[in-house]
Amino acid sequence: MTLPGIVQLALYLAVLLALVKPLGWFMARVYTGKPCGLDRVLGPFERLFYRVSGVDSKAEMSWKEYAKAVLVFSALGLFSVYGLQRGQALLPLNPQALGAITPDSSFNTSVSFVTNTNWQGYGGEVTMSYLSQMLALGTQNFVSAATGMAVLVALIRGLSRRSAFTIGNFWVDLTRSTLYILLPLSCILALALVSQGVVQSLKPSQTVSLVQPILFEQSRGDQGEATHTVRVTEQVLPLGPAASQIAIKQLGTNGGGFFNVNSAHPFENPTPFSNFLEVLAILLIPAALCWTFGEMIGDRRQGWAVLAAMTAIFTVLLLACTWAESAANPAITAFGVDSTFGAAGNMEGKEVRFGIANSALWATATTAASNGSVNAMHDSFTPLSGLVPMWLMQLGEVVFGGVGCGLYGMLMFVIVAVFIAGLMVGRTPEYLGKKIEPFEMKMAALAVLMPCALVLLGTAVAVVVPQGQTTSNPGAHGFSQILYAFSSASNNNGSAFAGLSANTPFYNTALGVCMFLSRFWLIVPVLAIAGSLASKKGVPATAGTLPTHTPVFIGMLICVVIIVGALTFVPALALGPIVEQLQLQGH
Amino acid sequence: MTTLFRPACVLFVCFSLLTGIAYPLVITGIAQLLFPRQANGTVLLRDGKPSGSSLIGQEFSTGRHAAAYFWSRPSATSPVAYTPFNADKLTGSSGSNLAATNPALIENVKARVDALKEADAAAGYERPASTTIPVDLVTSSASGLDPHISAASAEYQLPRVAKARHITESQLRELVGAHTQSRQFGLFGEPTVNVLELNLDLDSRFPIPATE
Repeated sequence: MTLPGIVQLALYLAVLLALVKPLGWFMARVYTGKPCGLDRVLGPFERLFYRVSGVDSKAEMSWKEYAKAVLVFSALGLFSVYGLQRGQALLPLNPQALGAITPDSSFNTSVSFVTNTNWQGYGGEVTMSYLSQMLALGTQNFVSAATGMAVLVALIRGLSRRSAFTIGNFWVDLTRSTLYILLPLSCILALALVSQGVVQSLKPSQTVSLVQPILFEQSRGDQGEATHTVRVTEQVLPLGPAASQIAIKQLGTNGGGFFNVNSAHPFENPTPFSNFLEVLAILLIPAALCWTFGEMIGDRRQGWAVLAAMTAIFTVLLLACTWAESAANPAITAFGVDSTFGAAGNMEGKEVRFGIANSALWATATTAASNGSVNAMHDSFTPLSGLVPMWLMQLGEVVFGGVGCGLYGMLMFVIVAVFIAGLMVGRTPEYLGKKIEPFEMKMAALAVLMPCALVLLGTAVAVVVPQGQTTSNPGAHGFSQILYAFSSASNNNGSAFAGLSANTPFYNTALGVCMFLSRFWLIVPVLAIAGSLASKKGVPATAGTLPTHTPVFIGMLICVVIIVGALTFVPALALGPIVEQLQLQGH
Repeated sequence: MTTLFRPACVLFVCFSLLTGIAYPLVITGIAQLLFPRQANGTVLLRDGKPSGSSLIGQEFSTGRHAAAYFWSRPSATSPVAYTPFNADKLTGSSGSNLAATNPALIENVKARVDALKEADAAAGYERPASTTIPVDLVTSSASGLDPHISAASAEYQLPRVAKARHITESQLRELVGAHTQSRQFGLFGEPTVNVLELNLDLDSRFPIPATE
């Protein structure tokens, strides 16, 4: 770890935390229907949307109606994204004449984008036409993020209302999230990224001549042995409407890249400053929503408490990842290679302009949030620093987490934490003046345990069946690749140890099912809790009430998150990254 | 049921038109107006012809004059290094995704170290035995298209290139210095040297001497 590296990490945290209050305040105004400034410009669009769709913006929904609306709207997204990919070859805006995408890959990608996972089973520049990127994937980047934010807002209403039977209107929350929050931020970020060199064009790819021609031996047809020398004199630069896609991909914790290598691609993330903006965008909305939460329930300290717990876990793991990644690979050093100068360390699978600190920062942020974009290849991280992103996903994507879904996931852990605290002192657990009873506990346990079960069961199946044996690295790291894939899919993250050949019918289907279950199996219990809490009367705080904004409770919450994550996954991690780290050091 | 399906369908169409069509098209329009060079790939022109992009690296370690150029980082793209897009094989940007413990990684690094030593020999440069090779010069980048090397990697290659071009090291050091970028705004990222821009400048100022 170098001083400039530490300074960049500190600056990142400082800027992020400084933006929490203004953006959180703005979002609270959006969701409570107060004037926010942008409504003067975009208000006509909002009213037009309601008019043509027949939505009464004043009418509210019960939790069951809200859940139905979420599911029906998401189902439409599934069919649309699947259809657009299958019909890609016949549709316009396809200058490279890319063919239709296979059924299993289309299924995987449609589930992936609708569930806000954005697992990339495909290579963007060689698979997706401009239209598929914009209309299929781009639209889902917005609405899947807005759906997560809407569900969170419904849960917050459930926590703050007394003896109520409704938790808001999904169509209104969806529309307002998109129009007032995601779209304006995306426009600003997209243009800032273009100024740094991110491409934004509808022209076909650009052919340029190479300064030095390249000679290479190519096998002649399928004959195997016979080769002939090919002289390459040109390079083809892929273009496309990338900046607009990348802006929302970062802000909406989506993560599906325009290009195969995601934000490691120089056209997707050209400069250190574009990198700073993109990595800031990953955690911006999830962090600010903590303030929105405090504002909406009328007790800002509660929002700060949750944010403090998230920031504490994040900071420790960030430093661990940076430290582990700064280490030299001992097997390489043996050849007289220097990994200690300046900011160097384990540079395989990294870009020079980002170096170690920014690569580790991105890896930690993208897996703390359920973003899943990458600016370095996690597969080539040292085993210990690869463990950090893997474990952050396995914690259930609650350390900041995805937009909306991160905070509602964390609030499930809060419910578990107050329950455990209640058991310790022998009182009925309460949170924000609401009694936590068996129904809420069952639902919270369901939400916390579902992703854990999917990760472990999925990994177990994949290591046993022959179709799962598509790892690219031998030994313990091969197991890590499979474990990482299921951790990513079952927590709607989307990053990968990308050497695993996952664009196969087996992985496309298995990971697709995991993504689907973990998203919707979580949303339904969360909305059920929202409905149940909204209908309860408030209980006045007494001397025996556990305050949930104190350092003691923050520590309690951190412990619950860490203990659930550790108890569930340490055995699996021991077989993967931990044993691999021992092998590396014993080399 | 119409209270559920009508809003779902109509809003889905509305959002598709707004965020899937209007938003990217408007951004494209503004980007082409304000930042035409960046929006179209930051293409470099040599004698008026597009000759690469400032942001995308090129391969210099093969060919007859390899020793006389600064080399980019190793690249894991196929079928050749630094392939951003290949329409026939449908390949593009790619990292190696080799684990730190993978024997293939160790073999690759060994081969790259040997290739650098051969280039020294080809240029007639005798390197002091104690010099170490900067790690970025023997490890493949995340994208396979990394346009940069570290300042240390440029310094490592400098004596070889100077020898191959029959110029002094101090002449060349001045040129490398001009192409060395410090941290952006003095703060972000790491110092870099843009290999393609450096080599283009090198060719125009100190052409490769005619041999044979």
